[in-house]
Amino acid sequence: MRAFISQANEDGRLRLRILLSLLLLSASLYAGAGEWLPLDNDGVHDPSSPAVKRLMEPRDGLSGLAPDDVGNQVRWPQALDQGQINPRTNLLPETKVEVLDKDILLDLYGSMPIVRFPHRIHTLWLNCNNCHEHLFKSKTGATDISMLNILDGEQCGLCHGAVAFPLSKCDRCHSVSRNIPKVKSGGAGEIKETGK
Amino acid sequence: MNAAAGRKNSWQFKLALLLALLLALPMAQAEYGDVVLNRYAEKEGMRPVVFPHWFHRTRFRCKVCHQELGFKMRAGSNDVKMSDIIDGKFCGMCHNNEIAWGPDNCDLCHSGKQGLSSGIYGGDRTNGPGRW
Repeated sequence: MRAFISQANEDGRLRLRILLSLLLLSASLYAGAGEWLPLDNDGVHDPSSPAVKRLMEPRDGLSGLAPDDVGNQVRWPQALDQGQINPRTNLLPETKVEVLDKDILLDLYGSMPIVRFPHRIHTLWLNCNNCHEHLFKSKTGATDISMLNILDGEQCGLCHGAVAFPLSKCDRCHSVSRNIPKVKSGGAGEIKETGK
Repeated sequence: MNAAAGRKNSWQFKLALLLALLLALPMAQAEYGDVVLNRYAEKEGMRPVVFPHWFHRTRFRCKVCHQELGFKMRAGSNDVKMSDIIDGKFCGMCHNNEIAWGPDNCDLCHSGKQGLSSGIYGGDRTNGPGRW
């Protein structure tokens, strides 16, 4: 009987492995898409709309920017940092434009590599109140962040997986080895503050 | 009983397998981050609006629209009316014939396929924020 149950568990694990492999395979198929679709064949634009002849094609707007293999096939932070694009920070002269150069380490006790959250690139794009305080409390460690929420489009998943690089790029966030002594001791997650 | 449990597992496995294969089909088209707005458009006899995030972010940082213009960051959570745009709110803050084409160029925004539901398209694995 015990052997039977253990056999069933083994089967379950094998099935899970096959399933995960298939999911990864489908993920890699998407990742390898490789080309920008023309507007008249992108599945959302009406090919008979006068706009498809007049609007800029994604290929024309994006092919000169820092390349990526996912999303818009553009490494947007690099495109910004290297001056390939210079998007406006504000329309109204009175808007206060803030940038914060502070990295936060998250997920200090998990099994994946630690997450380094760079405020700098996020605040180059976004305003503080796009994330604080409704998605994340400002106090480090005060917010329960879970991959399940993120996969469900909450927290980081509000943008990552929709407009920012997708969640299949695990190691872009989980990027810090657990083997550095300072991190092994746990504790506060702020590792850099040059401020601005 | 074990056999019954086994059958149930097998059924669930097949369903999961089917879902995985469906995921592998290239159904997520559009450009990553394209948003379709169709709360009112088709009811009013217009094509749905296609908003390309990629184009706008080459010219404006996220904070311009999501802070100054007041667009909430979840697709579908903004009640964007044409009258507001003409009054200079939302899209109308730029689409005023000064910064970008004005609201009299109906077809340039209202360019989507009939029948599309509102939401974010072109998602990479996700079919919009968090809808795996």
